[in-house]
Amino acid sequence: MLKFIQEKRKAIIYLLVAAALVTLLSGTYKAAIGFLLVFGVPLYFMSKMPDYATTGERFTRYMFLVISSSILVFLITPVIIIIPLSFNAEPYFTFTEGMLNLDPDAFSTRWYMDILHNGMAAPQAIEGWWADMWENAQWVRAARNSFFIATVSTIIATSLGTLAALGLSRPEMPYRALITSLLISPMIVPLVITATGMFFFYSQVGLAKTYWGVILAHVTLGVPFVIITVTATLSGFDMSLVRAAQNMGANGWTTFRRIIMPLILPGMISGALFAFITSLDEVVAVLFIADVEQRTIPRQMFSGIREQISPTILSVASILVLMSVILLTVLELLRRRSERLRGMSPG
Amino acid sequence: MKKLINKTLMATAISAAVAAGSVQAEDITVVSWGGAYTKSQVEAYHKPWMAQTGNTVVSEDYSGGLAEIKAQVEAGNVTWNLVDVELSDAVRGCDEGILEVIDSSILPAGADGTPAADDFLPGTVHECAVGNIVWSTIVAYDGSKTSGVNSMADFFDTAKIPGKRGLRKGPKPNLEMALMADGVAPGDVYEVLSTDAGIDRAFAKLDSIRDSVVWWEAGAQPPQLLADGEVVMTTAYNGRIFNAVAAEGKPFEIMWDGQVWDLDLWVIPKGAKNMEATLDFIKFSTGTQALADQASWISYGPVRKSSAPLVSSYHNQPDLKMAPHMPTAPANFGGALQNDFEFWADNQDQLNERFNAWLSK
Amino acid sequence: MSNAELTLTEDGIPLKQKLAKTTALQRRRAFLLTMPLVLFLVISFVIPIGQMLFSSVHNDKVSAVVPTFAEAIIQWDGEGLPSEATFEIFVKDLAKAKKVREVGRTVGNMATRINYEMPGSRSLFTSTARKAKKIEAPYKENLIKINKKWANPAIWLTMQRAARDITPAFYVAALDLRYDEEGNVVRADELYQIYLDNFIKTLGVSALITLICVILAYPVAYLLSVLPLRQSNLLMIMVLLPFWTSLLVRTTAWIAILQTEGVINDMLVFLGFISDDGRIQMIYNQTGTIISMVHILLPFMILPLYSVMKTIPPSYMRAALSMGAKPMYAYRKVYLPQTLPGLAAGTLLVFILAIGYYITPALVGGEDGLLISNLIAYHIQKSLNWSLGAALGTILLVVVLILYWLYNKLIGIDKLRFG
Repeated sequence: MLKFIQEKRKAIIYLLVAAALVTLLSGTYKAAIGFLLVFGVPLYFMSKMPDYATTGERFTRYMFLVISSSILVFLITPVIIIIPLSFNAEPYFTFTEGMLNLDPDAFSTRWYMDILHNGMAAPQAIEGWWADMWENAQWVRAARNSFFIATVSTIIATSLGTLAALGLSRPEMPYRALITSLLISPMIVPLVITATGMFFFYSQVGLAKTYWGVILAHVTLGVPFVIITVTATLSGFDMSLVRAAQNMGANGWTTFRRIIMPLILPGMISGALFAFITSLDEVVAVLFIADVEQRTIPRQMFSGIREQISPTILSVASILVLMSVILLTVLELLRRRSERLRGMSPG
Repeated sequence: MKKLINKTLMATAISAAVAAGSVQAEDITVVSWGGAYTKSQVEAYHKPWMAQTGNTVVSEDYSGGLAEIKAQVEAGNVTWNLVDVELSDAVRGCDEGILEVIDSSILPAGADGTPAADDFLPGTVHECAVGNIVWSTIVAYDGSKTSGVNSMADFFDTAKIPGKRGLRKGPKPNLEMALMADGVAPGDVYEVLSTDAGIDRAFAKLDSIRDSVVWWEAGAQPPQLLADGEVVMTTAYNGRIFNAVAAEGKPFEIMWDGQVWDLDLWVIPKGAKNMEATLDFIKFSTGTQALADQASWISYGPVRKSSAPLVSSYHNQPDLKMAPHMPTAPANFGGALQNDFEFWADNQDQLNERFNAWLSK
Repeated sequence: MSNAELTLTEDGIPLKQKLAKTTALQRRRAFLLTMPLVLFLVISFVIPIGQMLFSSVHNDKVSAVVPTFAEAIIQWDGEGLPSEATFEIFVKDLAKAKKVREVGRTVGNMATRINYEMPGSRSLFTSTARKAKKIEAPYKENLIKINKKWANPAIWLTMQRAARDITPAFYVAALDLRYDEEGNVVRADELYQIYLDNFIKTLGVSALITLICVILAYPVAYLLSVLPLRQSNLLMIMVLLPFWTSLLVRTTAWIAILQTEGVINDMLVFLGFISDDGRIQMIYNQTGTIISMVHILLPFMILPLYSVMKTIPPSYMRAALSMGAKPMYAYRKVYLPQTLPGLAAGTLLVFILAIGYYITPALVGGEDGLLISNLIAYHIQKSLNWSLGAALGTILLVVVLILYWLYNKLIGIDKLRFG
């Protein structure tokens, strides 16, 4: 940090002067904070430029950093901003005066309690509260459905997908391009079309409005992600390892279990995570195929947003963001492990 | 948005009432339009019936239409037992074979002994449907902020009363109202609407306020729009407005001129389970007493003549007499128009298309 | 004769033959590994979509309800009115059909089908069907006596068209065309045109979203590719976290941010840019749809661009600059061409995903932000004109498949990576 300040002393002084000007002009220090954020953060990422660089070049590069970091801010802000909003004590979708002044009374966890209370027979009761919550709370039921459907579809999608990816990655695979395009197409075909087709067909075979119908749909939608990630892992795979194992007398299953599996496991897990999150986030197929019985979290959110948007939705959304953070972390750790295993990068 | 808490609490109360008995085996799912209307049904039909029979009613909300019924029937997995629909949907659903035929001879005689066939108002019992209430689409406004709304023409007059207006997102019954505002007598509305020139005329009238319209879809939205001050006036279902006044003390007023009234009827999706309990629920809920009780929760008129004398006042306000708030009350009925289900069965596809095209341009 | 052909393996089979056999075995093994999934997708995905395609041209609501009449009317030459015999068959079929209550086989179903092409004719069928049992010879005369609309040849022409199970009628409707009284295909009245406009709008909005994504993604991807690994990993989180966050969460967030009582409007009011009454409508319209969709699709542009830019050695640009090229010129001639594969991949992917988008427009699109997917869903879920929904869906599918084919041709779908 100190090195950073030393290196960019002049730039920092300019920035502070500009911020002071902004404060003077707008008459509020809050604008200056915004100004410092927008123009200060990029400074941190501004690498040292060669001495012969002109001021114009330096300025261009700096502005480029300002623009790109603003875009990154555009990407991340919506995801982050709902978290403080979800602790609003008032039923509004914006920061109240109290929240901006960090008044503790302006914050509350009431919307989080509301997630549990909504639909419960007796939210204030002490006896039997847990059973009531587990059985009747709408969001809890939706969460149970979501996790059940996502888990089952992930298991199926990952097993079928890994198997197919193993086939696709073999150099001898016939019609590879054709079959790959087919297996990835559920990701490309617009969801409304997929869901409509499934709705018609599943209705005829008695799968519509059942858990299996939804699971089938979610396996279909999750498979492309498994294929993509597992084939990616296999693309750097050294086939001579397999031949070596077989030379030493290992049969097919042992080779798979002892050689292939450990190497592609990171890919499989990230594929599984993709399939899991796809199912967890999927709402179009659920809208078309599922019944109230199979109502999932996104479905519940969809009708919530449509009919009566309440801050409860923001709390649910915040919990989901937290989950994405966890998943992302797991994925990142896996990626590093995979790269280390294959000796690709020091990461 | 500010009234969210109330709504959430109410929803909780309803589902609590429903969930309270979820141990019994005989469940029926009754689907209706949500909010104050569903609450009136829960209080007047569901609760007494559950107490009497020991069965359970699961209440679900929807926002009208045959789509879900059709989807369930075609999927061969019917989870709804009884649905509260508009007349045009009841007739159309029956025509298309997605509703069960209901034998009207099962309906009990009125409390005063009148046989059911004479007790129900004419046109309220159909091959596949049994009526329960008369409701109406009216114009409502906040009396503390807006005044001078005396006719349908005023609703369409943005010069006289500036500000946003709420309208149901769809051609029905906006086209009828537009024509009445344009000077067509209620009796001639459908005749005019049957011609291309008439449709053009109605759309032209809608066009004149188009930029001031906030569209609503669910019946619970209009009182909310008024309360939030998002609109100065709105079309609405009369019972929802009445309820906002009676239960929440809102200063809303109803302008009855040019009201378009319709029936709500019970229908059974074809292939629904627990038929016996469902039919029993129909018998109970369309009985003289239940219909009269229902009318003490919301201002929708019972379809049985024998219920009328039993309708007295709002359930917890003895001073608030219900009769003057009914769509059919003589003082309100002057400029009333009955929704023509046949016209809509014939023309709704085409008019929806034109409405959507109009809306997206 | 070459040596290879003479070379024998241990068990005495020529090597080439043995090799071919082994290769065939391996080919089969690889193929078999993919089979479970292929079969699964055929059942869960390919057949359903195929069936939907079929239902866009197949509708048997007339021939299923009045089968004898359907056969007879197809034979009719279309001149004047059909013969007395055909009228008789029609009346008798109608009387028979009136008793049917099987789903999809009722007079109401047929009436609805014909009403699509001849609006306002629905009650003609249902009301006539109620009286059909009592109609006696002469049928033509008596039928017209019941309702004079039966004397209109157009209704019989419409029935003749609808009597064929395979019909282009729904594509006619989906392309904003209609049949006139003589049965010619003409353009629909402008007031009823909605689908073509919407297709064009969907393509336009998708193109705009793709363009915005390119403009926003390019600098970000470049920045990520040139920063040291530690810093770029930090910034990468800002791309990947939204990517991994639920679509509905992000849509909810945009509603919270953009609505009239939302964060941005509040900020603008607070800073004095707009008055409290002058709050800007930024959501529940096309603007809202575009902003949220750009946000949702942006990572799909950044990631492929980034993975290509990462592989471009910085020395190329340095070489160009050191040889005296102006920065802009060097960029255009040296850097840009190398990023084209990533640009093409991102562009196609974003465009493909955008034209099929449903959820976000449905939630934040209001009246003018709806895209073609929303119209398809409307016909499947609300108006119940399933065949029209299927026809619209088929057109959309064809567009998407062409783009998909292009993607495969240019980039190869197996090159797709996430993160």
